[in-house]
Amino acid sequence: MRGVTTRGRSITSRIRHWYGANPLHLLALLAAFALAGYAVRAVIAAGQFRGFAIWFTVAIIGHDLLLFPLYSLADLSVQRLLPGRGRRSQASPSQASPPGPGQVPGPPAINYVRIPVAFSLLLLLAFFPLILGLSGPEYHRASGLTTQPYLWRWLAVTGVMLAASAVIYALAWRRAATRARKRQAAAAAARTRAQQQPAAHDPAPSPTALRPGFDAWSPARPAHGPDSPGPHGHP
Amino acid sequence: MAGAGTRGSRQRAAGLRRALAASAAAELNRAAEMARRAADAARRAAGRPPPGPFRPGIWRSPLRGLWLTSVLAVVLLAGLTILAVTGLLSYAAYDPLLPGNDQTPGAGLLHFYLFSWPTDPSWLYRVDQGVHITLGLALLPVVLAKLWSVLPRLFAWPPVRSLAQILERVSLIMLVGGVLFEFATGILNIQNYYVFPFSFYTAHLYGAWVFIAGFVIHVALKFPRMVKGLRSRSLRRELRTPLAETGPEELDPAEPDGESLRPTRPRAPTISRRGLLAAVGGASVTLAGLVVGQSIGGPARRTALFGPRGLSATAPHYLPVNRTAASIGLTAADVGPGYRLTLVGARTLTLTRNEILALPQRVVELPIACVEGWSVSAHWTGVRLADLARLAGMPAPAGAQVDSIQQVGAFKSAVLSAGQVTDPQSLLAVTLNGHVLPWDHGYPARTIIPNAPGVHNTKWVSKITFLKQV
Repeated sequence: MRGVTTRGRSITSRIRHWYGANPLHLLALLAAFALAGYAVRAVIAAGQFRGFAIWFTVAIIGHDLLLFPLYSLADLSVQRLLPGRGRRSQASPSQASPPGPGQVPGPPAINYVRIPVAFSLLLLLAFFPLILGLSGPEYHRASGLTTQPYLWRWLAVTGVMLAASAVIYALAWRRAATRARKRQAAAAAARTRAQQQPAAHDPAPSPTALRPGFDAWSPARPAHGPDSPGPHGHP
Repeated sequence: MAGAGTRGSRQRAAGLRRALAASAAAELNRAAEMARRAADAARRAAGRPPPGPFRPGIWRSPLRGLWLTSVLAVVLLAGLTILAVTGLLSYAAYDPLLPGNDQTPGAGLLHFYLFSWPTDPSWLYRVDQGVHITLGLALLPVVLAKLWSVLPRLFAWPPVRSLAQILERVSLIMLVGGVLFEFATGILNIQNYYVFPFSFYTAHLYGAWVFIAGFVIHVALKFPRMVKGLRSRSLRRELRTPLAETGPEELDPAEPDGESLRPTRPRAPTISRRGLLAAVGGASVTLAGLVVGQSIGGPARRTALFGPRGLSATAPHYLPVNRTAASIGLTAADVGPGYRLTLVGARTLTLTRNEILALPQRVVELPIACVEGWSVSAHWTGVRLADLARLAGMPAPAGAQVDSIQQVGAFKSAVLSAGQVTDPQSLLAVTLNGHVLPWDHGYPARTIIPNAPGVHNTKWVSKITFLKQV
């Protein structure tokens, strides 16, 4: 009995050493390959393997090496172009220009731009054959309808989403402004009180403290709080 | 003598087996040693990963991490499972086991789960297909977000650590390729955009099985990691954390070097985790919300701005069309006074349209549901298929083949099961919502079968052959 167990164990550990994981890992993967292989065999039998393989490959490459880099680049460009936090938050707080008197910093605009735009592009990604009329002839033959309305619907939905986002942004801005004004008023009151009692020195809050806290975490700043990155976080 | 000889040969065989096993083991060890040495050499040569996406420092989003990926994963685990099940059910709805119905004869063992598609409840196919299409669109943003969250792993360096890892990466081709392939073909097909160089039915079915293989193995291998990820942070607290307090996920010391999803050099966030999840969820609701009306019907149909047949069915007494009379070249000669319906059973007879109208007429309310996702309930008047079977002298047929005037196309005929033919709600319909069938809906007569996929309700019926019991 003992001999068998030791031998069993040694075989397992030898496979583990040679293969890099538990033998069950190998077994499960082989089962999955067998199932997929069986399905591909049926595609070959149907005489449609070439197109199938090409579309399969193009789907992966199209997403990983085309769509993903494109939308990442677009996102980074928008962040760079938009005035506001997207870039400034990377600089150290001392480099950020303090808001002038009476000037109220708004919330960053980035998400109010990129989210409706992303929704719109997603609709285009899903429904481009109808929106651009690419499936027009087949669509008409099947349904007796034309693809004409879809472009206008897409433009209208995009317009509504951008407008809604602008309204929400304006509300967020007003809320931030009200909050900042209140804080400024409180700070001014504190200063007046401090001048009346010169013994107690109370410095005015820094401009960054007035901002409604969008730069609370920045890699350039010393770590703080429970979310702080460990020593590996800073190269 | 014979016994001794057998024993001797047995011993020899055993010795041979042992020797073979030993040499195979030695061979394997040698191969493993070579692989290890090659990997070491590659690691030494690589030292530093090539520039670009292979450098971990380039991936800087502070939101990437095991928790976020796990949240998206658990949504996909539920969603893609429902998508696969509804899809496989939809395939079963075509009754591929009946001779003549199978568009994928090579499926073989993949037919293992098939059963005779029921006629009751009549809404089953409608709901199944509506869920398949709507949920599929709703999951598109989640799939894209999930791929975004793990994309750095595609460029992990060194690309190969062990044989186990190579095989696992190969299985990811089935998973990622499968999901993208299925979404692409499905979404293009509902818009009649047939640009693919293969039959949709064949490719979408077999692509699904490749995907299912990749999906099951991925879940089996990653489930513990997903659970660990979900436990690493509190969802409730994340939903209360604004951008100002959003930071990167904690580094997990137990995570092997280079396997972490969390960036090594995160930049300041531009959106909170709850903001990202809300955006993904909002995109799902937007996509699904602009099509779901085509499956719900009623006033909701007006909201289906992107439903490929959405707004076409808002006119009273009107149903969406999936194959127009013009597209099959139907002429007045086909359906005018010269029209004949041929019934083949124990005897063969032909009926004119007036003779069909003279038979006992029944009224049913049944939905018609398309594989493309839309469905509408309507009132149909016509003759029971069971009555026609009796007329042809075959009151208990094994099934029936229904042929259309349509000469070409995948669905110019359909084979119905015994249950479908004898169901009292199965009609050869001559009116739709109180009006004579429009040409586009199958004038002079079409079948309407409870719970059957739209294309199995054959239009412009020219011949019904009742099948003998074997």
